[in-house]
Amino acid sequence: MINSSLKQLASMLQSKKISSVELTQSFLTRITQYNPSINAYIALDEAKTLAQAKAADARIAAGNATALTGIPLAQKDIFCAQGWQTTCGSKMLANFIAPYDAHVITQFDQAGAVNLGKTNMDEFAMGSSNETSYFGGVKNPWSFDHVPGGSSGGSAAAVAARLCAAATGTDTGGSIRQPASLCGLTGLKPSYGVVSRYGMIAFASSLDQAGPMAKSAEDCAMMMNVMAGFDERDSTSLQRDKEDYSRELNKPQTDQPLLGLKIGLPKEFFAEGLDASVAQVITAAIDVYKKLGAQIIDISLPNTGLSIPVYYVLAPAEASSNLSRYDGVRYGHRASEYSDLNDMYNKSRAEGFGAEVKRRILIGTYVLSAGYYDAYYLKAQQIRRLIAQDFIEAFKQCDVIMGPAAPSTAFKAGEKVDDPVAMYLQDIYTISTNLAGLPGMSLPAGFAQAKDGPALPVGLQIIGNYFDEARMLNVAHQYQQVTDWHQQMPDLKRA
Amino acid sequence: MALSIEDIKKIAHLARIEVSESEATATLSKLTGILGLIEQMQAVDTTGIVPMSHAQELHQRLRDDVVTKTNQREAFQKNAPVLGNGSTQPAVAGGLYLVPKVIE
Amino acid sequence: MEWEVVIGLETHTQLQTNTKIFSGAPIKYGAEPNTQACEVSIALPGVLPVLNKQAVECAIKFGLAINAEIAPRSVFARKNYFYPDLPKGYQISQFELPVVGKGAVSIQVPAQGKKPAYEKVINITRAHLEEDAGKSVHGAVEGMSGIDLNRAGTPLLEIVTEPDMRSAAEAVAYAKQLHELVQWIGICDGNMQEGSFRCDVNVSVRHKGSGKLGTRREIKNLNSFKFMQQAIEYETRWQIETLEDGGSIHQATVLFNPDTGETRAMRSKEEANDYRYFPDPDLLPLMISAEDKARVQASMPELPEAMKARFEAEYGLSSYDTGALTSSRGLADYFVATVKAGAEAKQAANWVTGNVSAKLNAEDKSISSSAVAAEALAQLLKRITDGTISNNAAKEVFEAMWSGEGNADAIIEAKGLKQMSDSGAVETIIDEVLAANAAMVEEYKAGKEKAFNALVGQIMKASKGKANPAQVNDLLMKKLKA
Repeated sequence: MINSSLKQLASMLQSKKISSVELTQSFLTRITQYNPSINAYIALDEAKTLAQAKAADARIAAGNATALTGIPLAQKDIFCAQGWQTTCGSKMLANFIAPYDAHVITQFDQAGAVNLGKTNMDEFAMGSSNETSYFGGVKNPWSFDHVPGGSSGGSAAAVAARLCAAATGTDTGGSIRQPASLCGLTGLKPSYGVVSRYGMIAFASSLDQAGPMAKSAEDCAMMMNVMAGFDERDSTSLQRDKEDYSRELNKPQTDQPLLGLKIGLPKEFFAEGLDASVAQVITAAIDVYKKLGAQIIDISLPNTGLSIPVYYVLAPAEASSNLSRYDGVRYGHRASEYSDLNDMYNKSRAEGFGAEVKRRILIGTYVLSAGYYDAYYLKAQQIRRLIAQDFIEAFKQCDVIMGPAAPSTAFKAGEKVDDPVAMYLQDIYTISTNLAGLPGMSLPAGFAQAKDGPALPVGLQIIGNYFDEARMLNVAHQYQQVTDWHQQMPDLKRA
Repeated sequence: MALSIEDIKKIAHLARIEVSESEATATLSKLTGILGLIEQMQAVDTTGIVPMSHAQELHQRLRDDVVTKTNQREAFQKNAPVLGNGSTQPAVAGGLYLVPKVIE
Repeated sequence: MEWEVVIGLETHTQLQTNTKIFSGAPIKYGAEPNTQACEVSIALPGVLPVLNKQAVECAIKFGLAINAEIAPRSVFARKNYFYPDLPKGYQISQFELPVVGKGAVSIQVPAQGKKPAYEKVINITRAHLEEDAGKSVHGAVEGMSGIDLNRAGTPLLEIVTEPDMRSAAEAVAYAKQLHELVQWIGICDGNMQEGSFRCDVNVSVRHKGSGKLGTRREIKNLNSFKFMQQAIEYETRWQIETLEDGGSIHQATVLFNPDTGETRAMRSKEEANDYRYFPDPDLLPLMISAEDKARVQASMPELPEAMKARFEAEYGLSSYDTGALTSSRGLADYFVATVKAGAEAKQAANWVTGNVSAKLNAEDKSISSSAVAAEALAQLLKRITDGTISNNAAKEVFEAMWSGEGNADAIIEAKGLKQMSDSGAVETIIDEVLAANAAMVEEYKAGKEKAFNALVGQIMKASKGKANPAQVNDLLMKKLKA
């Protein structure tokens, strides 16, 4: 049951083979058993969770259930959920109980989904290993010595360890796709503006986007049907007609369901820096796509290398401003001893934020400060346009772009903690998508033997054109019809 | 553009983050590394390129001037920080948030 | 060497909207602390701004009223600084691309001593939309400040002038004119006590004829015209004296102390600010189309200049009268209502700019709180026109009306101020007076014109002031010539 798809679970719930309370309880039992070692969840509230499950059962009994009614999900701790501790992985918000719901939370509540708890994450979503969390790192369920990726590391580990049916994540530079890759799951970052950011604690507003992290593309599509949609409270939320993200999945099955699909392979995604073992897995996945009828086209995204420098100007600049509200005045951490106003600010923020968050605030403050704005911020915004234009050109030649989601499999905890630049390079294949505002996803494509031990998951990245999520999900889904990488489960007793 | 300890202190002050002398030195080396990464941008000729602030070329939607919010002071102030300096009380009084005296 | 003061103003006008600029929280002055501070106002984690349509329309109205360029595309930017009344740690404002560009306001500088009144054009550099901050309240708890965020997020239009003013009088005349204009077009309630209209004044001095501007000091948050006048005069003297004593002026933000009449530099803003402006990623560019402008234009009231011209043409009033009548929307509306209620235009103009205005000035009241309504005034003026009372009696009636003694007719009746309209009765009095003053009649007939006036005086006295002076003149003339 814990490995069932959302569709199967929905069917079991609606045919009353199982109640939501039973299903929820079985996940809670697993959480009690495994969470202490994995640390995927940082807030649990059984009473709240079971109350939702009961309500879901009543709704199913009343015959007005939706596809997700009664299904237990995990929510990244970046989403405000009324009455829930909402920390964003930071000491700054360790005692913050959200007094309102994020749009995404409201959507799931209205669908009747059950919230199992809040998942661990890199502090303020700044990290690629989940090691910057104030609440401690998260173990990769495939190997407890390894990181799950980040920043949505808790959600990724929760899905991989089957501690929830599916989860939410957010992706500013790869925070859904890289952990999905490292933990062997399917994750989608939608086009910017598709999912409302209201109530989602901001890191870099012009790049942040929420999306699903699940076992399969089919599950992601069902999650997207709930998460996506216009919200008037977010000025950047797009006014588009409601879509059914599952619509492409159920087309008649043929031997070559992707016949005519043009897949672009950017040469920059296969250049130096990519682990050979990862490259091998990706190449094998591309071969599967060939068999499914796809045509492979070599393309170039010449400015890919610049995406990291551009990102590390823009994201910290926006973050330095977004995180100014954490000043110890109205909520959040306030230093216990202070002499005057500035001392209170300086100490509260020095104590409340971790090292990586402080580094990014300082970088962001620096690049925006007088005399440097043009050389850094403006320049980065100009190159951002060049990066977006690369994609516009590429999509003239192909329908989707494929490549690795991360340059390597999961690395060992502690390996890159003291080397921010090495950590930042984890996002080399994902960041450009955020800069352009395009949708991107990662799906499990196999395993690669890590130098230091176990075989760890490798993710294939699919990048689509604006609002092409339904097609991307189908492209992933067709692969998952002929492979079973997405159904592999880690052995938690051995990890 | 090489960073100095003075730069670190200046930006730490602008960002209101206390940085000790030893932290400043460590921060300097990390930030210098990150700036080295960022410097790659300077090699690109961006003459005439319109800066990109948003992923979508859209314009601001306007909200009707209608009251939609009600008073939630009590709920919001449950999250008030602890006053500190010996007091374990929340930093609110009479509905006001309390801070060290603001001098004009 | 003669000194010259150079003044520029930055005025924060609170826009008249129901809700805040970026959230649906209500705006009501004087509410209990933080009861109008929603999750956006207090900057909870995860909240986002959405722009208020009404605030944009107010900005467009102002742009149209000063003939300014209205930007087809303007951008909101974040101004970053830490202050407890600024909950996000940044203020959403406009920086490089403001909504309103260059425009102009013409002002009437009143006569001062021997210097006659004159007109001057003050150029507006820009006007931009931004959010107000909250307030710090002192004294609630010993050694602490209390933060009230009810005001945080109130829409402001910051109106910036060129350094075009050359005296405190000009600055005050501009501020008054602007104060009137924003109320005229209905974008601001103009309440200075409540902070709806706040002026920051940049003052510098230089030698007359010098093309270079001196170092300026900014006087913050002046909330009355009287204080503005005093503050600028003090600051100007201080700067001149400082320079003449060999000192130098440093750029600073200063506060005016109404108790001492002095300005002093603020302590908290000593350090140079680095606001790190950048475009707010949570807000998209504000686009204003020609259609938007046309729609707002159609909802605009007639502007003072147009109304002045119309009054001259329609009622044949002098430029002086129409200038005075259109000095405020309230006064103009009052005048129009008086005429509409049946008063003759020229007479109404004289009374509105004369007796009514004098009374308001004496009591420091605005026309909206006039003790005599336009309709009531019209009734009084009709009694002059139809000969019921004399002009002099009318002044007495007006005083009584102002003190709330009733309407014109009731007061005329109660005080017995009705003029004699019966010519027979007047003739009887004239005959009696002529009989009793034969010597005066002789003097008149001998060519002493003064005697005529003396006789009129006697007749008016005998009629106890109720005779119509014009009628008395006529009848007396006839009788003397007979």
